[in-house]
Amino acid sequence: MAHGPSQNFFSRWLFSTNHKDIGTLYLWFSFAMFLLGGFFAMVIRAELFQPGMQLIKPEFFVQMTTMHGLVMVFGAIMPAFVGLANWMIPMMIGAPDMALPRMNNLSFWILPFAFTMLTATLFMEGGGPNFGWTFYAPLSTTYAPDTVNYFIFGVHMMGASSIMGSINIIATVMNMRAPGMTYMKMPLFVWTWVITAFLLVAVMPVLAGAVTMMLMDINFGTSFFDAAGGGDPVLFQHVFWFFGHPEVYIIILPAFGVVSQIIPTFSRKPLFGYSSMVYATASIAFLSFIVWAHHMFTVGMPIAGELYFMYATMLIAVPTGVKVFNWITTMYKGALTFETPMLFSIAFVILFTFGGFTGMMLSIAAADTQYHDTYFVVAHFHYVMVAGAVFSGTAAVYYWLPKWCGRMYDETMGKVQFWIAFIAFNITFMPQHFLGLAGMPRRYSDYGLQFADWNMVSSIGAFLYGGAQLLFLYNVIRTIGWGKPIDDPQVWEGAVGLEWTVPTPAPFHTFSTPPVVK
Amino acid sequence: MMKRAKALFLGLLSPSSLLLAGSVSAESATRQLNMPRGVTEVSQAAYDIHMIMIWICTVIGVLVFGFMFYVMYAHRKSRGVTAANFHENLVVEILWTIIPALILIVMAVPATTALLKVYDTGNPDIDIKVTGYQWKWQYEYIGEGVKFMSELRTSQDEIYGRAPKGEHYLREVTQPLVIPTNKKVRFLITGNDVIHSWWVPDFGVKRDAVPGLFTAAWAKTDQPGTYVGECTELCGLGHAFMPVVVEVKEEAEYEEWLAGKKEEAALYASTIGKQWTFDELMVKGEEVYGRSCAGCHQANGEGIAGVFPALKDSPIALGPAEGHIGILIEGVAGSSMQSFAEQLSEVEIAAVVHYERNAWGNDVGDIVQPIDVLNFKQSQ
Repeated sequence: MAHGPSQNFFSRWLFSTNHKDIGTLYLWFSFAMFLLGGFFAMVIRAELFQPGMQLIKPEFFVQMTTMHGLVMVFGAIMPAFVGLANWMIPMMIGAPDMALPRMNNLSFWILPFAFTMLTATLFMEGGGPNFGWTFYAPLSTTYAPDTVNYFIFGVHMMGASSIMGSINIIATVMNMRAPGMTYMKMPLFVWTWVITAFLLVAVMPVLAGAVTMMLMDINFGTSFFDAAGGGDPVLFQHVFWFFGHPEVYIIILPAFGVVSQIIPTFSRKPLFGYSSMVYATASIAFLSFIVWAHHMFTVGMPIAGELYFMYATMLIAVPTGVKVFNWITTMYKGALTFETPMLFSIAFVILFTFGGFTGMMLSIAAADTQYHDTYFVVAHFHYVMVAGAVFSGTAAVYYWLPKWCGRMYDETMGKVQFWIAFIAFNITFMPQHFLGLAGMPRRYSDYGLQFADWNMVSSIGAFLYGGAQLLFLYNVIRTIGWGKPIDDPQVWEGAVGLEWTVPTPAPFHTFSTPPVVK
Repeated sequence: MMKRAKALFLGLLSPSSLLLAGSVSAESATRQLNMPRGVTEVSQAAYDIHMIMIWICTVIGVLVFGFMFYVMYAHRKSRGVTAANFHENLVVEILWTIIPALILIVMAVPATTALLKVYDTGNPDIDIKVTGYQWKWQYEYIGEGVKFMSELRTSQDEIYGRAPKGEHYLREVTQPLVIPTNKKVRFLITGNDVIHSWWVPDFGVKRDAVPGLFTAAWAKTDQPGTYVGECTELCGLGHAFMPVVVEVKEEAEYEEWLAGKKEEAALYASTIGKQWTFDELMVKGEEVYGRSCAGCHQANGEGIAGVFPALKDSPIALGPAEGHIGILIEGVAGSSMQSFAEQLSEVEIAAVVHYERNAWGNDVGDIVQPIDVLNFKQSQ
């Protein structure tokens, strides 16, 4: 049998090449970032609790909205799913580890430095990035504080980390599947991650290009985004969203994968349409490349462009619908139980679909003229990001935690957390639809009196939702330290797949001898 | 706070607050939940397609979630069911791909018609150039020689809670844009510094104000009134503080107003040579400073360390007047200090320069007159 983990704390975690340890590092890092980004959100909601500037100044408010977006997207959600991929993909395909273990270590350890640098700008002269997580030029170039250079470097580092992580996943899945594990037998979580990894490899360099052009404009006198020098501020938006739209699917596709694992388990019934799920995922990934300018419907594109992007965007509803229908028909005539992971997954299906509806409304360019850059958009993307990605990440942790640490979490506490999170989430974000339709733009540090009521409701919901996360943290720590020990490899009655054939808790090395898949 | 919470819940129960209850006029927008229907062809087209979408989504939602809740009720393990083992059904899978596709094609028709209306910017009766500045709007009536800035009128005291908030908190400007009824008005929108976005919900007009480019939008309405909108593209720390206010007046009234504005411009040109006293300039300067400078350099003149330089004890404010005027006229390249030559009048520039040189313990003591500013401009 192979060696266990190093007994020395520092060499175990700093130099680890073990996919499980690195997965654990990613997951703890992402949770730390989730709390940090959540703290920024609390500052935002506290300031917006009432009209008027009470707690912070407008210039700090914009830094908070910017940092909240950056930390949540790049620091919390993406690393969380990379962590899950590290833990689960080798175990799901019967591989002993990731294909490139040292690169795996590097791709993780870049992240803490990137985010330390990014966050440190808040304490520097001039303050942190204050141009929104979409950092439109020229606000992010000519008019940015000097600390923008740290931001640019940070984005480069995150991009490098993501690209390495993705290449690792692609290499692992292509080369290290157990005998008999054909592509069309891979669990959906693996499928969605491979497709995500290809998206990442394709678009992260585009983001790197965008920030490099910014760097040149700021420091070396070029004019990529400055009309006065022959450039074009709108070019920035095209480049950014060519990255940015695939990015939102990078966030949501692994979440689809998680839910596609959990719903069959607790329905005790195989996924209804496995191959159509794979094809739907691939179609969504393809469409994500050709719809980017629907984020720019008010920028004054020619009508032909606007029509094209509207039609292409509407098309996304078809493969997304296929996925939702598949999840529901998987539940149909199953034998359902509602453990915490299942509750989060069902909430995911409902709330993500709701976010899909508002997404369809946003795709209609003429109506988007009214929705664009209002709280309606904020509500829409929190329905798909929070109730989508975060709920599914939470479901994944509850689902796989017993396998990881050999201890069962407290089911009652999990359910309590779910109900608080579910209700608080809706109290927070449902009213933001009304705010947006009534005319409140996003990224506003202050607002007219007509928006006061719903902002207060939304803030109360946000504080509750924040509190539910602390319960989550407590439950996870309690499970790892003091949870009821279990040793059933299966863990869940309806669970199917290679990861459930290894002992519980999963030993440091699994599948040193490849299993044979029939 | 309790009172407001109570009113909110009562409001929720009343039928008028239902999501689908339709439009509420701009003035009584306090309990509004839905998009306003607005007063132009474009805003009404947007509203109509918005409602079509809401109904389509509602129907699909009821069907899909209804089925889902039925499954969650009927097929629970606790009811003693055993799981079936079926999967894949080609017919079902083809149907649930084709039916949504057909719904989309049906939706695309009204969506296209509505969009064509948004883009119908040809043959206007009046052209108005709208320029976004950090953080105010400038309106220019093309061919009329009328041009003015429209800035937030709400005081810093109201914003920072040192004074009670007025009824029109953050929805009031120094000078609203004025347009006539029953004329097709085209807005040619651009930005001066960063990207802004000019939005009037009741007109269904939202177009980005991009520096170096022009975007176009249009409005024609037969309903006089005051319509309030916002800047909707993040443009820096004053993003929330540059509302759009448009007054629609009957044609005759509009003509009268326009004539008045032209007269004002002529009168101003003739009085530019007037000599102002020290105190007159201080009063005027403080007002201009509060509106146009305090956002960055702060009301106490101390700026924000590392971002916006202090004016108190600054070598420019204490140096020769000419250099100080020059900064306002030319701006500082590569920084957020823009040129104010187009934004402020000669009187305003003179007053604010004078104020900065003699406030917060700065004590240059000289007097800067409007004519000095004019001379500086002409010597360029």
